[in-house]
Amino acid sequence: MLLRLEPRPQPSRLMAWCSPLIAAALMLVTGIVVFGLLGQSPLAAFKSFFISPIDDLYGLGELGLKATPLALIAVGLAIGFRAQVWNIGAEGQLTLGAICGGGLALWFHESTSGWLLPGMLVLGALGGMAWAAIPAFLRTRCNTNEILVSLMLNYVALLLLAYLVNGPWRNPEGFAFPESRMFPEAGLLPALLAGTRLHAGALITLAAVALGWVLMSRSFIGFQMQVAGLAGDAARYAGFSRERLVWISLLISGGLAGLAGVGEVAGPIGQLLPNISPGYGYAAIIVAFVGRLHPVGILLASLLMSLLYLGGESAQLELGLPSAVTGLFQGLLLFFLLAADLLIRFRIRRVRRLRLAVAKESAS
Amino acid sequence: MPGEVHAVLGENGAGKSTLMKIIYGVVKADAGEMRWEGQQVTVTSPAQARKLGIGMVFQHFSLFETLTVAENIALGLDHPPDMKTLSGRIREVSERYGLPLDPNRLVHALSVGERQRVEIVRCLLQEPRLLIMDEPTSVLTPQAVERLFETLRRLSAEGVSILYISHKLEEIRALCHSATVLRAGKVSGHADPRQESAGSLARMMIGRELPVCRHSAPAREGEPRLVVEGLTLASDDPFGTHLHNIDLTVRAGEIVGIAGVSGNGQQELLAALSGERLVVNHTVRLGNLPVGQLGPAARRVLGLGFVPEERLGRGAVPELSLTHNALLTARRGGMVHFGLIDFARVRAFAERCIREFAVKCGGPEAAAKSLSGGNLQKFIVGREVLQEPQVLVVAQPTWGVDVGAAAAIRQALIDLRDRGVAVLVVSEELEELFEISDRIAVIFHGRLSPAKPAAATTPEEIGLWMGGAFVQDSGGAEAANEVRHAAQA
Repeated sequence: MLLRLEPRPQPSRLMAWCSPLIAAALMLVTGIVVFGLLGQSPLAAFKSFFISPIDDLYGLGELGLKATPLALIAVGLAIGFRAQVWNIGAEGQLTLGAICGGGLALWFHESTSGWLLPGMLVLGALGGMAWAAIPAFLRTRCNTNEILVSLMLNYVALLLLAYLVNGPWRNPEGFAFPESRMFPEAGLLPALLAGTRLHAGALITLAAVALGWVLMSRSFIGFQMQVAGLAGDAARYAGFSRERLVWISLLISGGLAGLAGVGEVAGPIGQLLPNISPGYGYAAIIVAFVGRLHPVGILLASLLMSLLYLGGESAQLELGLPSAVTGLFQGLLLFFLLAADLLIRFRIRRVRRLRLAVAKESAS
Repeated sequence: MPGEVHAVLGENGAGKSTLMKIIYGVVKADAGEMRWEGQQVTVTSPAQARKLGIGMVFQHFSLFETLTVAENIALGLDHPPDMKTLSGRIREVSERYGLPLDPNRLVHALSVGERQRVEIVRCLLQEPRLLIMDEPTSVLTPQAVERLFETLRRLSAEGVSILYISHKLEEIRALCHSATVLRAGKVSGHADPRQESAGSLARMMIGRELPVCRHSAPAREGEPRLVVEGLTLASDDPFGTHLHNIDLTVRAGEIVGIAGVSGNGQQELLAALSGERLVVNHTVRLGNLPVGQLGPAARRVLGLGFVPEERLGRGAVPELSLTHNALLTARRGGMVHFGLIDFARVRAFAERCIREFAVKCGGPEAAAKSLSGGNLQKFIVGREVLQEPQVLVVAQPTWGVDVGAAAAIRQALIDLRDRGVAVLVVSEELEELFEISDRIAVIFHGRLSPAKPAAATTPEEIGLWMGGAFVQDSGGAEAANEVRHAAQA
């Protein structure tokens, strides 16, 4: 006996919107079972993972702090994903943004000018765009796969950052630690809420979400991307240039990822370190899909993903669980989301024997 | 009845193919029973149908292009013998029924008529007592249809029953002994097609008189609007057709039809005309302007409208609303300001298109895929026509469209011509081309015949040309060889 997937004639639209919720619920159930197997009381584990990290103002500030780069990157990625341009290199673009923006702050490390911070943001966005331009150029010129190129460039970017903070940009008064100088006050994002670490980057994210919505649902270029993603032949028939869409998608997502990188080093970190991101560039891919590639959905999904980061930290501290739990929960979420999406579009049928002839004929 | 050729007649979407799929066990019936040679049976799979002695030739072939004829047939058999025996049997069966076929040839090198033979021979090897043919002639030249009919008559004389599905009335009158007419999923009548006229069968099929297009005499010769000169193009598709030295002129105020069996270069020619495939600049011109190097959007700005063959996925995006689909090509006239879409204007355009072309749909927000083929085609044609093009290129305007919508679309094309637009229609339906065209050309193996005034030619002559007869005039060993291939088809 075999199982076979059959396309459903009419995939439910309601279910397509519910599938992130289903995935989140299944992630929760599975997570609690895993906690149980690790010898923890499920209830206590649930509390320490999902409740205690955000039961005070500081915790809520942390929630927003981590959601800030996630939503910013995910909005940019979603724009490209809707056009089927798969930028997996947000982590590297974030790193380049941090290097370029941070580099400016280090160059003017005694500056008090009000122009330093805007300059860092612009330079950071340009750095991210430049990094994303590499897969865009190779894709449009040499027809390389942007997934592989952008992914591999992540490691290059991380090594470049490691070289800089170990070498030329190492803090001369830093006892040989691989860290840069601290940024000057003028190179730091102002705090938004006293008693928390939430910074002005959150406003940039909200603006990007709003602009992302306008771009996706009101602009002609967003329409072109949507058509290219849904029906490539229709886009070619209408005369939408595929190359242009690849460039625009990658430059927007790269620019926003670069901005997120500046937000991290000019926000909670305040200097350049070898590790500036706990995988925000990868987690944002999950955020984009859990948010159904819609800006509002992405905002909500970024809060959920942020909670997973906080819960993972708190579970390490309070329960002594390994740090891998964060990755575990992220993976569970994505896995259940993909499974739910698959079952919305297909159904499973049992077949006694699978013959080529039968399969062919029922397909025709 | 044994030996009977029974027609199943109906419009697109009347339920013909569904009924046949139930008989062949591809689809399960919700209710009702089926009797086979007096016994009640439930057919749950095509394999079981074959065991009972039912064979079916589908409208769309399921052949692997990279395998040989014999290998393809072996794949379709439940208990294939070894290749040598099989090849022998293929030769024997194909000769007995007048279906010459070389078992060792690769399928991609076969013409469409030959591919259909592979499907028929595959069925005949099972020695069926009932053969179901689903719209078998939609891909054949008139001459190939005649040969197919001879084969079917021979089978019928040997006692094989044949269920023949079609909406082509003349064919049914020529071939079938009896007919069942379907309309909207119900049997609307039985008839002896030999006793009925095409008109009376059509009435049973669509429930009213067959609509006729009004076609006035061509206006005086207008200036050339679309000119193709010496267009030679290698196909990107390994199994595609290369274009050889194509010359074509479409003048203002005329409809030029291009006939031909599918796969003879129509796709490639249309892509070169629409701009989806760029070509040497001066080989395609709009008026006097070379446009070969311009993309589809730039050519549209210069007044070229294009209705592609594939409605869903190319002419329209299935998941998007009609409003969004209107925006696909109709974006001039203030619909986009500073990169932002003026949705009120786009919706108004979509509503006008729906109203003027009588598109049956749930309004401008209905998804394109929720429309029937005919209504979506009316919407796409309407979208292109309302943009008032100088030149309109239409591929298969009424393919899979019901009779009423087809007449409306043809009338829209004729009205457009009367307003002085140059119209080019590429179609496989000869009747349609003769109904609306002022001049007709034929495409065969990537070569285009000269366009003849429709009044000065006959379907028989065009049919011969569709088999490549015009190529002989231009001479050349290669061309003669192609004619020989075609003659087999």
